[in-house]
Amino acid sequence: MKQIHVNSEQVNCESLNLAELLNELGYAGAIVATAVNGQFVAQTNRQQLVIKTGDQVEVLAPMQGG
Amino acid sequence: MRNFYGVELDTPFMLGTAQYPSPQILTDAFTRSRASVATVSLRREASSDKAGQYFWQLIQNLNVKVLPNTAGCHSVKEAVTTAHMAREIFSTNWIKLEVIGEEDTLHPDVFALVEATRILIEDGFDVFPYTTEDLVVADRLVNLGCKVLMPWGAPIGSGMGLNNVFGLRALRAHFPDIAMVIDAGIGLPSQATQAMELGMDAILLNTAVAKAGDPAQMAEAFACAIYAGQLAEAACPMLPRDMASPSTPVLGKGFLE
Repeated sequence: MKQIHVNSEQVNCESLNLAELLNELGYAGAIVATAVNGQFVAQTNRQQLVIKTGDQVEVLAPMQGG
Repeated sequence: MRNFYGVELDTPFMLGTAQYPSPQILTDAFTRSRASVATVSLRREASSDKAGQYFWQLIQNLNVKVLPNTAGCHSVKEAVTTAHMAREIFSTNWIKLEVIGEEDTLHPDVFALVEATRILIEDGFDVFPYTTEDLVVADRLVNLGCKVLMPWGAPIGSGMGLNNVFGLRALRAHFPDIAMVIDAGIGLPSQATQAMELGMDAILLNTAVAKAGDPAQMAEAFACAIYAGQLAEAACPMLPRDMASPSTPVLGKGFLE
């Protein structure tokens, strides 16, 4: 079990990579963009992005803006 | 109307999507505004909360072009990362680049703006930089490849209108081929008319419509006002003069003393 932060919330996960993590957390099929430790991770690279203890994951979605 | 990175808009009205009392009122406001562009943003979403997914569906139903922003970013890195995330989600190279430098006025950090613009243009973005009326900053942005400038009228959400008409007029005159959008500070339709009369190519606003008592009606008022200013500017307005000049012909006036 790894301890990471997702959108600043502490999360325990078993996922090996970012794509698995999104599925594990219930984001499957959602329109979201991701960053890990401040670096953008494109959808096409999520499978290759290995999740490690201490990672800071950001999951963003469309929102109102001016 | 000048185009925006090769895109010709049906109307010179860009409308924000924040702060509306309800999704239905947002939709009504867009319908009556005839806006061509909707500005959107990115925020964190919990997996249990589908707000972002519903919002995106709503925006897609408006059938307008989408302009994502980097609102709330305070550094080059934050703005560049947000821009990349926005490009993936919204499938557009357009980015309204905001890098805020001061909290009370939301004054753009123009130094960070120039650096972020350089990086993003190299990455293939079409940058819409939220800037001031500063000519030197504008020159740097244009030299980096910006084909659009978005000078503020006044601080975001202030509704003060055009705080520096002289500066905006000078900016317009210095960059006759660059599409220019007044972004921020517009509170009343008459201020939008004034901006268009200065030769601006579009108006971007949000709060003035969303916070009106009747947002949909205010959206229509802005649509009329922006169109009026656009028509007036195209009609070549008369030049002001210091002295009076009678409009009724003096020649042929009866001698009635």
